[in-house]
Amino acid sequence: MSWDRYRVARFFQTYSVLVMIAALVLAMSLLSDSFLTYRNILNILNQNAPLAIMASAMTLVIIGGGFDLSVGASFAVAGVCAAWVALNVDPYIGLLVAPLVGLALGAINGIVITSLNVHSFLATIATSLVFKGAAIVVSDGRLIPVRLDDFTWLGRGKIGGVFIAVIVMVVFALILSFVLKRTTLGRKIFSVGGNEEAAVLSGIRTDRVKIATFAIAGLAAGLAAAISVSRISMGQASAGTGMELQAIAAVILGGTSIYGGVGAVWRSVAGVLLLALINNGFNILNADPFFRDLTTGIVILGAIGISVAGRPR
Amino acid sequence: MNRESPLENTTPSIRLRGVGKSFGGVSVLRNVDLDIPPGVIHGLVGENGAGKSTLGKIIGGYYSISEGSMEAFGESADPWTPKDALDRGVAIMHQELQLVPELTVAENVFLGIEDHRLGVLSGTEAERLMPIIKATGFEVDPSAKVADLSIADRQKIEVMRALARSAKVIVMDEPTSSLSANETQKLHETMQKLRASGGTVVYVSHFLDNILEVCDSVTILRDGDLVRTAPRENESKDTLVSAMLGGGRSEISFPEKSRLKERRTALEVRSLSSANGTRDASFHVDRGEIVGLIGLVGGGRTEILRAVIGADKSTGGDVLVHGEPYPNRSIAESNRRGIVMVPEDRRKLGLIMTMAVRTNLTLPHLPSFATPLGRILAAAEKSKARDAIDHFQVKPSDVDGDILNYSGGNQQKVLLAKWLLRDPEIVILDEPSRGVDVGARRRIHEAIAELASKGAAVLLVSSELEEVLGLAHRAYLVANGGVFDEFAPEGKTEVDVLRSLFRLQQQPPEARAP
Repeated sequence: MSWDRYRVARFFQTYSVLVMIAALVLAMSLLSDSFLTYRNILNILNQNAPLAIMASAMTLVIIGGGFDLSVGASFAVAGVCAAWVALNVDPYIGLLVAPLVGLALGAINGIVITSLNVHSFLATIATSLVFKGAAIVVSDGRLIPVRLDDFTWLGRGKIGGVFIAVIVMVVFALILSFVLKRTTLGRKIFSVGGNEEAAVLSGIRTDRVKIATFAIAGLAAGLAAAISVSRISMGQASAGTGMELQAIAAVILGGTSIYGGVGAVWRSVAGVLLLALINNGFNILNADPFFRDLTTGIVILGAIGISVAGRPR
Repeated sequence: MNRESPLENTTPSIRLRGVGKSFGGVSVLRNVDLDIPPGVIHGLVGENGAGKSTLGKIIGGYYSISEGSMEAFGESADPWTPKDALDRGVAIMHQELQLVPELTVAENVFLGIEDHRLGVLSGTEAERLMPIIKATGFEVDPSAKVADLSIADRQKIEVMRALARSAKVIVMDEPTSSLSANETQKLHETMQKLRASGGTVVYVSHFLDNILEVCDSVTILRDGDLVRTAPRENESKDTLVSAMLGGGRSEISFPEKSRLKERRTALEVRSLSSANGTRDASFHVDRGEIVGLIGLVGGGRTEILRAVIGADKSTGGDVLVHGEPYPNRSIAESNRRGIVMVPEDRRKLGLIMTMAVRTNLTLPHLPSFATPLGRILAAAEKSKARDAIDHFQVKPSDVDGDILNYSGGNQQKVLLAKWLLRDPEIVILDEPSRGVDVGARRRIHEAIAELASKGAAVLLVSSELEEVLGLAHRAYLVANGGVFDEFAPEGKTEVDVLRSLFRLQQQPPEARAP
């Protein structure tokens, strides 16, 4: 009997995000003509490409049993570094620097967590403060405007009518999906999050696996920052604040277990889409923004409830 | 504290009628009838897994009963949670003491029942503790910090904690397993003081000498059945051991023991010590040989295995594999060299319950199913996984099924298959057939025998003596983290072995770390 309950919970964990999106799309298209248009949908995807990239990588961290609260701060550091390098060295190198800076910061997170053996939650709260401080130092507390076409193409350009940012996001999510499902690293991430002790006894070097997930989360934050800074042609140390929580919320909405061991990248992207649709719906309907936060919060609470119900005992 | 003496009335403190308990369909206790009168020390004995600890936890409210009924002090014990039990005067002392190390003795004793005014503590714990100290005669400083106390002193705190809640029945589950002989003596005095003040102690232990020393009556359990309850005067160590093992328990037959013609040592362990309690352990296993390590739970068997394979760091001694020293051991390196360990407790240590059968099976062997860059070759992985579950007759035979939905026996088969997937040369088995049904056990025994006949060296730890005697070519006794008394199982009875084991265990551990 408990198995049946487990199966039902597993089903909801897997597909509830799609059901919610479908319901929302249906309701919105009935309420407004301007919702279900190619332009509006593409805009939603484009606006949320950076968040979707970060949520995709956060999925790996959470499946591996961790949390990364520093990706918003990594985003800020990578963004100001990109703008500074673009302005002082070369715009293309600037765009390239952002993901590399993010990768380095993520790797630092992983090394701190595994060598001090502290919970990632705690460690990344601390490192996020350090990173935020670093972002202010790099930018000298000022905005760094970069009005160069060689820099803004990534965030604003289109190929064949589709935003480059959307293409980058889709490719990145597909790559991470592949890593998670079809590679040894992905398998190890599932095992570490599912049962770390058993993974250790299976000969998995769990520390390396954890460092890899945090490095990937950092890389994603840097990539997202490159797109974002390029789009607004401005590096600023305060960028990215709160994005870590939105990314985590999207992952949980997608049904990835907060206890680790269960989840998928595509569902986190769907989670971002769901959050974005709620937002967009409120804008289109001109509804009171108070109800927007209320609605988003209730939807996330529901997703957490489903996540807890599916926890294996 | 309740100082009423219940000696005058004859209502038993605890009365069990037809009590049974099963975990996930596996019955561990059946049809137990038991009366424990007030003012006695009552022993519960039995082999590992006989159900004595389960029975203790049922009395203490930690397990609910699956069948039958229970009364405490003449009233129905239903519902019976740990809180109900405590409210009605029944407390349980755990194997792992549950104290807050940073609080004082008095604060721990009155934890949760402090005097307070609107939530502000009155700080009267030390005063309130004095009558309890007086009544028990314990010599403890009420203001000492628990972290600074010995285990024996901590056990006194547990006892006082029970008394502070007016407990009339205290269940002690293996309280002496980490005590020195001297400390054990003191605990026994504590029990006698409790009895003198009208309290009842339920004493769960595998130290038969201890039971015989202080108990008024003893209940013997075997494989979940109650064999008999008798006054202490009627029992001796011999009668207890015979009753624990039973007479004709030969319904399980074991596969034939084969021997390789050529004997070569595969694994040799010399004076191995480890921080987790292994002390100067030496033994060897030949190719094609099954060697058993026999000991009581807590005797250090698992710790020896973990030190050999490299799951825990060793602090001294050598491990030789095929004659070559193997220093700096790790699970990954052992695995690479064809040395594997099937851990006990499949759910906690063996399997990853969030994953599928296939992904569990191949987890330690991923490099052999992947390209150098790490892409998993799905077809190769699947076919190997299918072979493994066919070989072990795992049911249902779906390689992609969630492991969580399989029965215990089938999960155990998957666990074994996981480690035997690439024909290892040295196999360490820790409780390979715990908690599985007869059919699965038979299949597992065949697999172990087959493994040895193909030339692997097998090191077997099992709490079921019968299993070790039935499968092993040679065996050693393990006690207090050390390895002793090599013997051949042929002609040995379980009674012989258990008797030697109890003798070993009883010897005081000389060089035990503080």
